[in-house]
Parts: sequence; C-alpha cells; structure tokens
Amino acid sequence: MSVVTGVRPKSPAERLLAGNAWLVFAFFYAPIVVLVVFSFNANENVGIWTEPSLRWYREVFRDEAVMGALRNSLIVAAISTTVATILGTMAALALERFRFRGQRVYDGLLYLPIIIPEVTMAVMLLLFFAQGFQWLDSAIGWSPTFGIGTISLSHIAFNISFVTVVVRARLGQLDPRLEEAAADLYATRWQAFRRVTLPLILPGVAGGALLALTLSLDDVVITNFVAGPGSTTLPVYVFGLVRRGVTPLINAVSVIMLAASMVLVAVSFGFQRGSHGRVPNSTTEDG
Amino acid sequence: MGMNTMRRSAALAAALMVLVAACGDDDAGGDPTAIDCVPGQVDGNLNFYNWSEYMDPDLITEFETQYGVDVIESYYESNEAMLSQIQAGVAYDLIVPSDYMVKIMIDEGLAFKLDKGALTNYANLAEEFRTQPYDPTGDYSVAYQYGTTGLGVNLELVGDAFVPSWALVFDPELTAGFAGGVSLLNDPRETMGAALEYLGYSLNDVTLEHLEEAAQVIKDARPGIATFDSDQYDENLANGEVAVAHGYSGNMIVAIGETENPDNFVYVLPEEGATLWIDNLVIPTISTAPCTAHTFIDFLLNAENGAQLTNWNYYGSPNAASTPFLDQEVVDFYAATLEADTEVITDTGDYEINFTDLFAEAKS
Repeated sequence: MSVVTGVRPKSPAERLLAGNAWLVFAFFYAPIVVLVVFSFNANENVGIWTEPSLRWYREVFRDEAVMGALRNSLIVAAISTTVATILGTMAALALERFRFRGQRVYDGLLYLPIIIPEVTMAVMLLLFFAQGFQWLDSAIGWSPTFGIGTISLSHIAFNISFVTVVVRARLGQLDPRLEEAAADLYATRWQAFRRVTLPLILPGVAGGALLALTLSLDDVVITNFVAGPGSTTLPVYVFGLVRRGVTPLINAVSVIMLAASMVLVAVSFGFQRGSHGRVPNSTTEDG
Repeated sequence: MGMNTMRRSAALAAALMVLVAACGDDDAGGDPTAIDCVPGQVDGNLNFYNWSEYMDPDLITEFETQYGVDVIESYYESNEAMLSQIQAGVAYDLIVPSDYMVKIMIDEGLAFKLDKGALTNYANLAEEFRTQPYDPTGDYSVAYQYGTTGLGVNLELVGDAFVPSWALVFDPELTAGFAGGVSLLNDPRETMGAALEYLGYSLNDVTLEHLEEAAQVIKDARPGIATFDSDQYDENLANGEVAVAHGYSGNMIVAIGETENPDNFVYVLPEEGATLWIDNLVIPTISTAPCTAHTFIDFLLNAENGAQLTNWNYYGSPNAASTPFLDQEVVDFYAATLEADTEVITDTGDYEINFTDLFAEAKS
C-alpha cells in the first residue's frame, strides 16, 4: 500500500515491490500502446511503420460491413445488458434475502454458464434454438429465425450469472439492519427496496451491467454459433478478417472499442463516487 | 467447498449428457436433391454466408439492382462453426466452404446438386478447377477463389540465380548463406507437407516412415531456420529480417506490394510441388432460395464480374475468362500456379495426429 500512497520506498523489499508494480503495468499496457500507435500507421503491414495517417480510421467508417457489424453489436449489447442486469439483480436479491425450496440447487446451477467451456454452451444454445424453433413451428405454426434475437437471448443467458455474482458481492456487504430499520419506520417492502437497498447496491448493479456490456461486446464463440442471416457482430467479423492476415484495420477497430470501454469505466467510477456521496453515513464500507 | 464442487460437477455432467444426447439426434439436412432452375431465375432474397472482406460490396449492389432481390451478407470465421449452423438448420442460401469442408458437407447430404443448366457461364471456369478430390464430379461446388502456399524470396539476400525448390528452406548448406535465415509456417500440415514434397512424396502421404523422414528433413534444416511463424512471416520478409519465408499467397501479395521496392521480392511455388487451397460456392439443402443462389453463382462466373471480385480481394481467380480484365499484378503473381504441381490438403482423419506429433518433435 505504501507504494500506492506515494511514500518513497526505502527497504529493498519495498523497492522490489515497486519495481514489480511497474513491471506489471508495463506488461499490461505496452501491448495496448503498440496497438494504438500502429493504428495510425499508413502501411498495409501491421508491423512496418511508414508514416502517421488516419487511413485505417477512414476505412473503418467507410466500410459498410464493419459499420453494419458494429450496429448489430451495439443492439445486442444494449438488449442483453438491460435484461441481464434486471434478471441478475433479481436473482441476487432472491438468493441473499429469501429462503426458498431448491435454493441451493438454483445457486449452484446459476454458476454453470461461468464454469462450462464457452464452446459447449454455444453448441447447446444452437441445438436448443434449432429444436425449439422446430417444436414451435409444429405446435403453433410460428417459426422464428436465427438472428439478433437468438444472439441477444444467448448473451442474456450467460450474462445473468455474471451480474448475479457482482451484485451478490455488494449485497453481502450490506448491513441487513438498514432494511430492518426501514421496515420499523413503516416502509413497505417495495419502498425499502427502492429507497434503501437499491441506492446502496447501485454501484454493484452498475458494475455488473458494465461487465455484462463488455462480455456481450467481446463474445465471439457463442455469437458465431447462434447468429443468423444479417446479424454478424463486430468481434466475429474482426476474427474473420484475421484469416487474411492482421491489418491495421483491426488495430483501428480495437482502438475505437478500447476508447469506448475506457469511457464506460470512467462513467462507472463517476457513478460509484456519486452514489457514495448520496449516502454519506452508509456503513457498507465497514464490512 | 467439497459439496459445492461436487454439485457443480454433477450439474456439468448433466449438461454434457443433454448435449451428447442432442448431438446424436441428427435430424438436420435431408437428402441432397437435384434442383431445377432457369437461367436468371430468382426465388427470393439471398442469404449469403461468407468470410469477412471476401466479396466486393459493389458486386452485391449490382446484383441487387439487376435482379430486383436483396442480398443479405453475413460473415463467419471458421468452417466448423458454419457447418454446425447449417446442420442446425439456419437458413442460408449460399455459403463459401473451404475444400475439405465441401467434402464433409457432400458426405453429410448438406449440399444441393447444382443445376448446371442454370449456370450459363460455367464454361468460364478453368478446367483444372471444375473437379477436385473433395468434389470429384464437380456437381456440388463451384470454385470461388484460390490461393497457394509457397516461398517469398528476398532477391537482395538470396540473389537472382536460385532454383525455385524447397531446398531454399530445407537445405542447411544453402540456407547457411542467407542473412537472417528462413522462416517456416508453424503449421504441421503445411510444413510437414512441404518436407514431404521436398522428398518427392505427396503432401497427403500418411506412411509413417515417410512422415519420419520428413520430420528428419525439418530437424536437419534447423540451423538455417530463424523461426516457425504463421503470423508475421510476411512482415519479416518485407522488413528484410528473413531471406526466404514460407507462407500463404494472399498475405505475400499484400506484403510485397506494400514494400518500397516490390521488385526486390518474388513469390515462387517450389518445383517439387506446393499446397493449393480453394474456397467454393455451395448451396446448402436448407436454402429457401436455391434458384437465386444459382443466378448469383452464374453472375460471379461472368468474366467481368469474376475479374472485379479478384481485383477487389486479390486472391487467385478460377475464372479463366476473367484473365483479360484482371490487374496485371494479380495475373503475374498467380501465373505460376496453373503450371505448378499443386495439391489440395485433404483430411487424413486418424493420421492427423502423426503430422502434429512429428512436427512438434522436429521443431523443438
């Protein structure tokens, strides 16, 4: 901690720790710096520097296929994040605040999407949709097709688990006496949730939502299996590009996505600080 | 904790059992049926499933205005994921599988038998691309684009007087004279295949003694090999870091074209033989607009449209009639292919592991 607080390290052990910290940072950020720098390269070869240029950014915005894929990604991310955040938060509340039959099984099964290999989940979802659509067709004559809908449902399916984990961590720190106090003051269950619980767990909910958003924007394997005509997302498209070698177009796309993620993280930090401000006497940090 | 782990394992096992049961229930596809289409016929919008950056968007627009249908292009990044989608019944009308995948799709009954009567421009397809080992009768697929695996040579470091042979990477006495050495693909089938060709065998040879000989060739060549690399070889060649690079034509043509002096480099196919890959247009039996798909294939077989496609993606064109309309750069680059002794990599099934193991041993 002394390294972080700016106290000059004195002992050799502390120096070593400081060195290690910088090494870790270099390890994390050096590849990103290279990626960003070479996205401004005029050359077609990703590793040969010729001159600075915005050529690849122009190409990204001019390329209809890339823009279409970006639009699909954003639609899927918006839908899946919203739904998964709501359902995930509800699941976390149910598990932390209530006792019901089959709770332990429910608890264990909730983590399934996190622990099973992604490709297994992808194949399962593909088969599930294929069989389900066939059944729907024969039962009520309605045959839905693969596309944005199936991708969104799949992303919701794995995102619920992640949102639940994050929100539960926050709920676990929350003093249950705060809710009891609200009840003592004649708050209904809903009022207690709306006025006390939700504001306190909001940083957790926001964190879960951001995690869900990032996972949805990143996903290749599952999306590739459950996509339908006209619903290719950006990561799948970019992955396909690699077949003809890595071009700086990929760098430019990555930098744009990186910038977007950094904005989201900044927003989330702002959010957490803001909500701390609103509940100054919160005891949540005492754990 | 122990209980937790157990519960999770049980859940996982249950999930896997469902998966296995579902996989065994193979009700996708149906018999590949012959289809009857009229030239220029359209029977609905076209769902085209292709690799990224492989089709000129202007060609799509032109087809749409000419025939009054919409073309919805989607993209995939692996043959295998595409296959499972087709098996599950996702309704695409036209797909672009690679050579080995065409064979799998024919065997599984997932591909339509094409109505050649509806393909008025079929004669434009070069003779050598009409039938291939993966589609011996040429009834199910039409070649889309192709590429080769060969050697990129830096003429400044190697000199003009060289023989286009695998010796350029495998003869340690020769490679010892190259500044920077040579780079080989980090791919068992490609590099073991090259060594097999160097020895005079087929690159699909599965005889264990021959594979061991090939591994020995790679082992003996190691002093001159700078790196086994499949990602950066084109740049290393363009940078002058290696004298000879083993790699794919599609990357080589781009890398060499972007250098300050492209005349310093040449891409050759070794005289002993080299790898050829072909991507193909196939109409899956799940298609709901097979006649539009036929019309689209015919549209691409048109000489000028075929040339426009190749001038856009810079791969080799199997469309012989398109040659007069091609960029000279592409013509020159792929000129050697048709004369060279090339072979498509086939799936050797159980023998694949021998390639992988012996290659890993040879390069370590």
